[in-house]
Amino acid sequence: MVSLLTFPKGGVHPPASKGLTENLVIEVMPVPDELEIILGQHIGAPCTPTVAPKDAVQEGQVIGEVTKGLGVPLHAPVAGTIKTLGMSGHPMRVSAPSITIQTNKEVPPAQYSRCDWQKLSKEELLAKVHGAGIIGIGGAGFPSHVKLSPPPDNPVDTLILNGAECEPYITADHRQMLENSKEIVEGALVILKILGIKKCFIGIENNKPDAIKAMTEAAAAASTREYTLVVQPLQVKYPQGSEKQLIQAITGRKVPGFALPSAVGVVVHNVSTAKAIYDAVVLTKPLYEKVMTISGKGIRRPANLLVKVGTKVSDIVEYLGGVTPELSKIVMGGPMMGFAVSSLDIPVTKTTSSVLFLAADEIDTTPHSQCIRCGWCLEACPMGLEPKEIALYVEAGRPQDTGQFGVFECFECGCCAYVCPAKRPLVQFVRLAKMKAKR
Amino acid sequence: MWKVSVSPHVKSGESVEKIMWTVVACLVPPLVLSIFIFGIQTLIITAVSVASCVAVEAATQKALGRRVTIGDGSAVITGMLIAFVIPPGVSPLLPVLGAVMAIVIGKHLLGGIGYNIFNPALLARAFLLATFPVAMTSAWLPPLSDMAIFSYLGTPIDAIATATPLAVLKTQGLGAFTDQFGVGANLYTNFFLGWRPGSIGETSGLLIVLGGLYLLYRGYITWHIPVTVITTIGLLSWCFGSEGLFSGDPLLAVLSGGALLGAFFMANDYVTCPTNKTSQLIYGVGVGALTVLIRLKGGYPEGICYAILLMNPLSPVLDGFFKPKRFAPLQGGAK
Repeated sequence: MVSLLTFPKGGVHPPASKGLTENLVIEVMPVPDELEIILGQHIGAPCTPTVAPKDAVQEGQVIGEVTKGLGVPLHAPVAGTIKTLGMSGHPMRVSAPSITIQTNKEVPPAQYSRCDWQKLSKEELLAKVHGAGIIGIGGAGFPSHVKLSPPPDNPVDTLILNGAECEPYITADHRQMLENSKEIVEGALVILKILGIKKCFIGIENNKPDAIKAMTEAAAAASTREYTLVVQPLQVKYPQGSEKQLIQAITGRKVPGFALPSAVGVVVHNVSTAKAIYDAVVLTKPLYEKVMTISGKGIRRPANLLVKVGTKVSDIVEYLGGVTPELSKIVMGGPMMGFAVSSLDIPVTKTTSSVLFLAADEIDTTPHSQCIRCGWCLEACPMGLEPKEIALYVEAGRPQDTGQFGVFECFECGCCAYVCPAKRPLVQFVRLAKMKAKR
Repeated sequence: MWKVSVSPHVKSGESVEKIMWTVVACLVPPLVLSIFIFGIQTLIITAVSVASCVAVEAATQKALGRRVTIGDGSAVITGMLIAFVIPPGVSPLLPVLGAVMAIVIGKHLLGGIGYNIFNPALLARAFLLATFPVAMTSAWLPPLSDMAIFSYLGTPIDAIATATPLAVLKTQGLGAFTDQFGVGANLYTNFFLGWRPGSIGETSGLLIVLGGLYLLYRGYITWHIPVTVITTIGLLSWCFGSEGLFSGDPLLAVLSGGALLGAFFMANDYVTCPTNKTSQLIYGVGVGALTVLIRLKGGYPEGICYAILLMNPLSPVLDGFFKPKRFAPLQGGAK
């Protein structure tokens, strides 16, 4: 029995609610008639379109390039015709510029074949990762090639693949680890080669024993005298998959405030990103598809779907038989950190890992009351902050003074609001504070 | 129409109401037992106290234009605790005044639930002690021995009043105390079960500790304050006994007065105690030390009420000093 690792401070245990989809094989959703590809899918400046309306595009063709700063190119998920360059619904930004493609269903899907990536140099591998538009698809959308080029003054010695998937409901990474374990592990080998390091840990929460088994076998098969890949089972505790918490759980190292993991010699990638890097490098296939979990009591047929980036939520709903009358809230992302949306007219991006259709009995909409100073939020906060104080300052009209409670260290995991017996919207207070507080 | 709100979209099943009503449930057994110790008037006093607290809370919230939240159970707790800390022989009208003091001034004029500096029930007790000093220090009843719960009804208080163990110990010394309450296992058993003169809800150490343990099990309270309060009272009482250093009886000290009720149900009141665990330990030691200081050197035989009231305003000070350990404070230091 391997001892289970975890982060020491804070955390909560929300019900996993993964039973609806954890045993469902990833299903390829038929390509919809139209896709809306949002130009800003990653952290950094959005892409500039390289196509114009009425242009014909091939599957995998570049349709957007980054002209300045951080970023990666954007690819056409299907063969078709550019319909418009316009605006689309967006879960966080309400609306965002996008490219609409009319699908040409006559064209057969693109075929990709294996290349001998072992012969490529570090620089060539990095160029492939960048060229394929790879970003951290676990959620943050940070361009992967940047993570793979750590600053020379911070030597990296450890790669961690994040397979914690600590958000309730979501089973996309779980299914990827079961069905694509070999590809994920080969992606890890690519990353190890790019970074020039030998050691990779794969952190998986212990509520996915089948994934742990599959990944352990794949990791053992891929481990050589040169490279060691080790699966590390983790305690089931939210937010185990948070980058800083995961690094501390596995290596015991603490990433300082505002620093990147490379500051402590670690690079973290999501298991699904490793799969995308496998696709990009081994198959030379750009990132334009996404495995996501569609779950909750509000959808007729919960599923794990492989969809094209740009597929609208309304198309997914139609494919899965519609919503149920109990539907009360639609969340893009997990129930702890995801964004509630008011429309189905929103396209999926590279970072959308789930769409949840939640019934009234799955959510809590009790109105909040005054803080009773129980201090549970202090116990739950994995960052050692004081959510109650931040909230009280915001309520008292002094958001600018919340820096003292570490408001900028908050990554909005939601543990505080999850435990709050007064149902206070602490994450909302934190976001308000961040807008006004001085760094 | 679909709902939208900021994450998280799922929440734990806990709520303020659940916490408060659980505490109420934990206070019911000592109340029921008090009927058999001091007679039916403990129930009458408690009922009047709870009813007045709830009514006063509703009226105050209406008058202040706030949402009426009497359903959350907090006024019920205040009502029960006011009754629990006053003598069983007082007029049932006393807690009505206490309720006005606790709820109007002690709670809602300071901002309502969560914003009161002082424990409302203890504020009410201090107020009643100042305004009705004779009743509040003399209306003690001897425990019933035959379950004749109606026997004290209608009897003039002067005819039956007795003194509390701590008062006997303070004013008449250990000899008189032993004469009146006995020694050894018998004494401890009576005190632990609740058969001794005292405030309505404070006497049964057994039921108070059981209620406290249940709250601990539910995760509603933590050990920090109860344990520090109790050990400090025990240790200091042992050190500064009446017969010289280290001659005190720590067990008796803990079982006397309102030590256990205060430690499990009042000193650790969420609103008025500190939230940081280090602050809580210091706060608990402070409550315990002040309690013993008042018992030994003060004008009153029991001191936990004032000890808690004196420590209450220090809570924010302690919390301002002891901060949680930040995972990764920003370099250069946050302001």
